[in-house]
Amino acid sequence: MSSDLSGCGAPAGGVTVTKDAAGKEAIVEGRVLSGAPVSTGYARLLGTGDEFVAEVPLGEDGGFRFFAAPGEWTLRVLAPGGVRAERAVSADIGQITRVEILV
Amino acid sequence: MSRSDVLVDADWVEGHIGEPGIALVEVDEDTSAYDRGHIPTAIKIDWKQDLQDPVRRDFVDKAGFEALLSERGISNDDTVVLYGGNNNWFAAYAYWYFKLYGHQNVLLLDGGRKKWELDSRELTTDVPAREKTSYTATEQDASLRALRDEVVAAIGKRNLVDVRSPDEFAGRLLAPAHLPQEQAQRGGHIPTARNVPWSKAANDDGTFRSDDELEELYKSEAGLDFSKDTIAYCRIGERSAHTWFVLHEILDQPNVKNYDGSWTEYGSLVGVPIELGDAR
Repeated sequence: MSSDLSGCGAPAGGVTVTKDAAGKEAIVEGRVLSGAPVSTGYARLLGTGDEFVAEVPLGEDGGFRFFAAPGEWTLRVLAPGGVRAERAVSADIGQITRVEILV
Repeated sequence: MSRSDVLVDADWVEGHIGEPGIALVEVDEDTSAYDRGHIPTAIKIDWKQDLQDPVRRDFVDKAGFEALLSERGISNDDTVVLYGGNNNWFAAYAYWYFKLYGHQNVLLLDGGRKKWELDSRELTTDVPAREKTSYTATEQDASLRALRDEVVAAIGKRNLVDVRSPDEFAGRLLAPAHLPQEQAQRGGHIPTARNVPWSKAANDDGTFRSDDELEELYKSEAGLDFSKDTIAYCRIGERSAHTWFVLHEILDQPNVKNYDGSWTEYGSLVGVPIELGDAR
């Protein structure tokens, strides 16, 4: 995925974060593991009341990344075989919140 | 139109793989997913490279669409079955686009690539060969597409449906939260627009909610007046194509347009009104 923001799609694993952007964004990122990385599946970011905010397909390394607004969020993971997991996370500008989810 | 005329499920697609007269097409903005694996016999259409004019911000023209479909081996008589990632945003956009250029037999795979993957169904890296055709498109159907002046004139008069997330609607984010947020345009929404995020129309696995749930969502919860014409918008027009599909194709509402200029255009216009804050 290039840094061209004319698009709107979510690349697998999420958009690569640049050094410049890292200080200005509220980033939530992490990996989904089941022993090995889970590379087929989806990470969703949900707001208050389970309001859907964004979703990315997991990367080859089970990774995901979101550029959220500051605040409290829920991460939900979906994977084949009915796998589903959730974690509460908080985000703030200039911070990278890292989460590892074991399923 | 109704659900059964426009949507097929994964079992249906599995049962029709390789059938003559069917053109299975994966549509995405980032087509690397197709390259890693796609539904057997599916060809790909790149939302950006194939469907957008490389210079102007607009679609490829009629001749360009004809050349694309001819080269990909899609004929006027084929039933085109579309699917894609991102909960079918770009596939719904392509569906709208095929209708805009007059292709009649178009279907969407309910749940798209995500449902297919979550079901652990077969994916292949084999790229099928389809014989070239001589495709003829019609002129664009202007009844499906809203341009900016029409949108400004619709404020307070027609239903405006902003299908972005609540944070984008309020002006707190300028893009979906899977993207960096630095953009040129202003944040907020078109005055009088209702915020009905596209995601409310879909289940977690990407399939559309039931007709009853969708009616409840747009009529009762959002308070859309279905006796009025409707314009849907988002940031670049693909999430709103998803909502256009729900309103026009599944719920059979007659006068629904997609504003594909959407917030990246509206939020950059000089002199138009913008409202900030959460939905009331």
